[in-house]
Amino acid sequence: MRCTTFSRANFLLPMMALLACGAAMAQSPTYKLGRTPTEAEFREWDTVVGAKGKELPPGSGTSKEGAPIYAAQCAVCHGKNGEGVFPYRPLVGGIGTINTPTPKLTVGSYSPYATTIWDFINRAMPKYAPRTLSADDVYALTAFILAKNGIIKETDVMDKNSLLEVQMPNRNGFFPVPPQSVPDKDRSWFPYWNQAPGWKPAAK
Amino acid sequence: MNSKKSDRRGFLKGSAALAGLAVGAIPFANGKALAAVDQRTIKQSVTPDEPTIQDLLYGGRSSYETSVYRTPSPGAGLAQVGLRNLTPLQDSMGVITPAALHYVVARDLTLPNIDPRTHTFMIHGMVDRPLIFTLEELKRFPSVSRVHFLECTGNSGLYHYREWVEDRKKGRTDIYAIQGVHGRLSCSEWTGVPLSLLLKEAGVQKQAKWLIAEGNDIGRHAKSIPLAKAMDDIIVAYGQNGEALRREQGYPLRLVVPGFQGVNNVKFIRSIKVVDEPYYLRPEISAYTNLHPNGKASWYESQVGPKSLITFPSDAHHLPERGLYEISGIAWCGRGAIRRVEVSTDGGKTWKDARLQQPIFRKAWTRFLLGWNWNGTETQIMSRATNEYSDIQPTIMELAKLWGNQTTPPEPASEIASFWETAAISQFLNNPIQIWKVSQDGSIRDGTFSTFKMNPGLVR
Repeated sequence: MRCTTFSRANFLLPMMALLACGAAMAQSPTYKLGRTPTEAEFREWDTVVGAKGKELPPGSGTSKEGAPIYAAQCAVCHGKNGEGVFPYRPLVGGIGTINTPTPKLTVGSYSPYATTIWDFINRAMPKYAPRTLSADDVYALTAFILAKNGIIKETDVMDKNSLLEVQMPNRNGFFPVPPQSVPDKDRSWFPYWNQAPGWKPAAK
Repeated sequence: MNSKKSDRRGFLKGSAALAGLAVGAIPFANGKALAAVDQRTIKQSVTPDEPTIQDLLYGGRSSYETSVYRTPSPGAGLAQVGLRNLTPLQDSMGVITPAALHYVVARDLTLPNIDPRTHTFMIHGMVDRPLIFTLEELKRFPSVSRVHFLECTGNSGLYHYREWVEDRKKGRTDIYAIQGVHGRLSCSEWTGVPLSLLLKEAGVQKQAKWLIAEGNDIGRHAKSIPLAKAMDDIIVAYGQNGEALRREQGYPLRLVVPGFQGVNNVKFIRSIKVVDEPYYLRPEISAYTNLHPNGKASWYESQVGPKSLITFPSDAHHLPERGLYEISGIAWCGRGAIRRVEVSTDGGKTWKDARLQQPIFRKAWTRFLLGWNWNGTETQIMSRATNEYSDIQPTIMELAKLWGNQTTPPEPASEIASFWETAAISQFLNNPIQIWKVSQDGSIRDGTFSTFKMNPGLVR
C-alpha cells in the first residue's frame, strides 16, 4: 500500500514539474516576431488618457486662456457659447435634466469624468485639423467647457492634478460598474434583454 | 430578389443640394465628395458590354444589375455626419455580404488611405515585452478565417427610423426601411491573427483586465475592451471575404470583436494598450450608453441580443400576385449560435419553424427560409430568433418593459407604448421583432416603428 502511494507520487512529481514548465513557457514568446517599440513610437501611440489620468502631460490652462482658442478653433461647430450648431450637439447646459422627461445631454450634464473631455480634444479635435493643439491649449479648452457649464470657476487652473479632482455632476449616473472579474468563456456580457426580473418572452 | 428600381439621379441631386447648404455653414463639410463617391462606385462596379482584358482582371457586375447599392444613411445628405453607407439587406442572399456592400459608419470626414508597408501594430502597457509588428510579420503568425456579423450600435434605433421618415417627406424615395433602419449590419468572412496569440507573445501581466484599442484614422477612434474578450475570440484582421480589407473597412488592419457592437471593431488598428480598468472614453460615456427613464444610464453593454429580420419580402418589395413565395431572412446574435427561427404569417397568432441554412456559424448571420402561400389578404409577417442558450428575441413592447421599467413588469400595454412615445434618447442595441404589413395590393410597409408616435424631441 505504502509502496503504491510512493510510486504514484514519483509519477506525479515530474508531471507537475512539466506542467509548471509549460506555464512558464506560455509567458515567453513563441514566434519571436516583432521588435521593441522605440521611444518615439511610445510617445506617438501612448496618448490615450483614462480616468486616472496617468498619461496626462505637463501643462496647464484656465477658462480665460481657453476663450480665444475656443472662439478661433471650436465655435464654428460648437457655437459661440457651446450651444452647438446643428447637427452638432451642445457642449453646455442640461445639468439637472438627466432624470427628467426631456434630458439634455452635454459633456457638462452627462459625462462622468473630465478626463474624457481632455482626451477627446487632444486626439480628435478640431475635426478639420486634429492633434494641432498644444497641451496647454487642451487644458485651457477643457477648463473653458467646464467653466461654461458652471462646474469650475473661470480662474481655476486645470493641470494633470486638478483635472482629476473635478467633480462631474453625473459621476454616479451609470450602471453597471464594469466587471473587475474575468467572465467565463462565452458567458452573456450584460444581457439587458433577458435580465429584467419577472420578464417572460412572448407566449408560444 | 430584385428591389424596385429607383431614381438615383434624383436623389443625388437632392443630396448635393442639401450638402451645398451645409458647406455654407461648415467649411470642411464636403458634400460634393459624397455624391461623387456614389457615382464613381456605380461606374466601377459594372463590367462594360464589350469588356477589355483589364475589365475582366478584377470583375464587375453585369450591366443589368443596376439596383443593388449601398446607400447613404437617412439624414446623411448633410455630409457633416461623415461617411455612412448602408447595406441593401433586401437583396442579400446566403450569409456573406460582398465587401463592396458592407456597411460603413465612419466619424471622420475623409477616409484614410494607409500604406501597408509603413503601417505598424503595437502592443504595450501592462505586458512583459512591448512589441511592434509590421503587417508582413503579422501575416507570418498562424491565421484564422471566421464568419462574423458586424452591427452598428444604433442599428434599428428609433432615431434612424425617424430620420428615414423625415427623408421620405423630403422626397427621398430611393431608400427603404429595411436598408435605412436596419442596414448598419453586414456579415463577412474575416481573416487574421487571433489577438490572444499576440497578447501571449507580449506576456500580459497579472493585474491586466482591459485593453485600449486605438485606430490610425483621422480622429483616432479608441475603445476600451475587456481583456477576457480578447483572450476568447478577437481577431486582428487583414482579410475580408478572401481579399485584403477594403479601405473603408479599415485597410490594412482592423479589429473584429465577434458579437460585440460595431464601435468595438476598431478600424485601421494601430495600438493596443493593456490596462487594469476601462478608460471611460468618449464612445463609452457619451454615445453608446442607454439612458433609462429613472435618469440612470447603462454603459459597456457590448453584446448584441438575439435578432432576426425578414429580408424578403420587405418594404423594398412588392408581391405581384397571390401564390407561393419563399420568405427569406437573417438571424444573428452576439452570444453563441442561432438555434431556431420561427416565422409568423398571420400577425403573430401562429408560428412555424423556418429552415436554417447550414452550416450555422457562431456570432454570424444564419439564413432562414420558409415557403409561404399568400392568399392575397392583408396580413403581417414577422420572425423571431432563439439562440443556443434559449435567449429569445423580444417584441418592441417587451423591450419597453425591459428598458422603461425594469422593476415592476408587467405594465399595461398603453403605458409600455408611452415609453416609446416619450423616449427622448434613441435606444441602442435595439433588437425588436420587425413586423412587415402586407396589403391586399401586395405592397409592404413597416409594422413595428409606425405603431406609435415618436417624441419630436428625440435625439440620437
